Amino acid sequence: MVKPAIEPGAKLDGFTIGQCVHQGGMATLWTVTHPGITVPLLMKIPRVAEGEDPAAIVSFEMEQVIVPRLAGAHVPGCFGTGDFARQPYVAMERIPGKTLYSRIDDLPIPYEEARVLGGKIATALADLHRQNVIHHDIKPSSIMFRASGECVLIDFGLSHHNQLPDLLQEEFRLPYGTAPYMAPERLLGVRDDPRSDLFSLGVLLYFFTTGERPFGESETLRGMRRRLWRDPYPPRRLRPDYPPWLQEIVLRCLEIQPVWRHPTASQLAFDLAHPEQVKLTARSERLQRDPLSTVWRRRFNRELTLPKPKSDVAAQLASGPIVVVALDIEEGSGELNECLRRTAAQLLATLPSARLACLNVLRLGRVTIDRTLDEYGNNKHIERLVALRHWASPLELDEGRLTAHVLEAIDPASAILEFTRVNQVDHIVMGARQNSMLRTLLGSVAGKVAAEAACTVTVVRPPRSAQVETG
Amino acid sequence: MRLAIFADIHANRQAFSACLDAARARGAERVVCLGDVVGYGADPEWALDTVMDLVADGAIAVIGNHDHAIGTPLQTMNAAAQAAIEWTRGRLGAPQRRFLAELPATRQEDDRLYVHSEASQPLQWRYVRSTADAARSIEATDASVTFCGHIHQPALYSMSPAAKMTSFVPTSDVPVQLLGGRRWLAVLGSVGQPRDGNPAAAFAMLDTTSREVTYCRVPYDVEAAADRIRANGLPTWLADRLLLGK
Repeated sequence: MVKPAIEPGAKLDGFTIGQCVHQGGMATLWTVTHPGITVPLLMKIPRVAEGEDPAAIVSFEMEQVIVPRLAGAHVPGCFGTGDFARQPYVAMERIPGKTLYSRIDDLPIPYEEARVLGGKIATALADLHRQNVIHHDIKPSSIMFRASGECVLIDFGLSHHNQLPDLLQEEFRLPYGTAPYMAPERLLGVRDDPRSDLFSLGVLLYFFTTGERPFGESETLRGMRRRLWRDPYPPRRLRPDYPPWLQEIVLRCLEIQPVWRHPTASQLAFDLAHPEQVKLTARSERLQRDPLSTVWRRRFNRELTLPKPKSDVAAQLASGPIVVVALDIEEGSGELNECLRRTAAQLLATLPSARLACLNVLRLGRVTIDRTLDEYGNNKHIERLVALRHWASPLELDEGRLTAHVLEAIDPASAILEFTRVNQVDHIVMGARQNSMLRTLLGSVAGKVAAEAACTVTVVRPPRSAQVETG
Repeated sequence: MRLAIFADIHANRQAFSACLDAARARGAERVVCLGDVVGYGADPEWALDTVMDLVADGAIAVIGNHDHAIGTPLQTMNAAAQAAIEWTRGRLGAPQRRFLAELPATRQEDDRLYVHSEASQPLQWRYVRSTADAARSIEATDASVTFCGHIHQPALYSMSPAAKMTSFVPTSDVPVQLLGGRRWLAVLGSVGQPRDGNPAAAFAMLDTTSREVTYCRVPYDVEAAADRIRANGLPTWLADRLLLGK
């Protein structure tokens, strides 16, 4: 079959080819238009001529099957694909603006900016992982932003879809990817752990906040393999004012063993959204790399290199949910809060990677001027934080798994829903008030949350003795 | 066109009818049967009559080693399989035996090849256990997609133009696009005697337009199928393994 020519003005499956906007090693990018599609479009066409890198073909095949299955704000929309049998292409939404690579001359960037940036990327990764896809090439040039601020991930040619054949798995002896950003387990052929993307994001955050790449730029396999046993210099050594919470987060992302990193991208985003609540460990203060004795032990420890059974990405994500318990801490909530604690304990016992966020809403009056101090001069906000932590203490959770939040709002249900949305909460546990005057007057908070939340909601009621039927 | 593809029905009436219902619900327009209609299970007459009716309506069928053994008593098999074949032979009438004897070893349709075991030596009944086995089958045919069964464990292999192989254990109900440019070997799970640890009946749907294959699993009344095996005096292991899916 004659291949259609790709040149300005040419037609392909209803698309009209515009200008070539990028000529990369593996593909060329063209602007295209299509009657009936109003968003700006881009067509990616792989280089498949004789003598081209066979990886270009395979990575295009992966992109061709993965991109049409992705949805949501954090990926470009897909509007059509073409097969190698005729003319291979992927037609997708053109995200305006530049990639994060354009910021490379501004490094290091301020910590607060890096925190916000990292949070957006982690949120996008969480959304991708939920769709059973691991990106495997997170680096500045794969990251763009919509005008509305959301991070958009691009370039899925090295990605792994946990429910589709991985054409890259057995194809090449050397791991494919971008050397400075590649997770250590990738060097051992592991392609099905979503925490590999968290490592790459850790590299990016380290680079953007210090101006240095944590593992250098070595492209040789030998140079890359060092990261299997050698940890990077702690950022504080490069920048003495480096915030401990940020070092804690970045070095956790860069842990050699995936199991020591954040369990999920959502949990990483949660830490970046609540830096004051990050549990600081010895990591946060370090100025030195691990002692040589540790490095040598690691080098000859086979733990990381032992073969693992194939992982199930969905199951791994499900084992590390963010659970919110919404509590009332007024007088008379004792029995209900006891039931809530029991429910939370049961949930957490089966989910060792879950984290718990205790939530209380400080209700603001609609018309009154609110004071931060109560009638005895105590700070209401702090009192409630103390009460939340007190409620959680019998759960005996590691501090890194527990946070407490007091929200101030006129409408408690809306505040809980907003917190759930922003923090990608997986499960809300809350109590239903029985026979309460407030409930009659204001409607049920639990009812509204259960009806409108995008996640699972467990509504807990204290056990009641049988009532005498009346009427 | 949407094809429903069944392999290794093995005279399991409960499983086969559940799969046929599921295939109809998914809009199947045509049926392909990859052999081993009989053997192991206790309803060979029903299973065979159903397949014969489907073939009369335009379905494609190829022969499996158990079908072949009905007319070729010298074939070597394990004791339980052999006992089931002897029992089955006594149940089938002449038209049914003739139907089995006349089944082809392979059938090709468009760019697809249907075969029971694998394409390199279809009547040697070799198992596809590895990418090397799959490569041998793919290299033996010019079809771009081969469908087979025989091993009772679902798998999907592909070969790139550079002859590199990939293997994959399919996820149920997730369509996989069989990309042009590479060649594929789709190994189906068994309708009537799954052996991958999941007792649910297995079959596959192929959409020839979008070139998407979907591996499907269907729960069925395993207890009833096992009871039929026991009630007919067939080896009890053949009933037990249905419950375990192995």
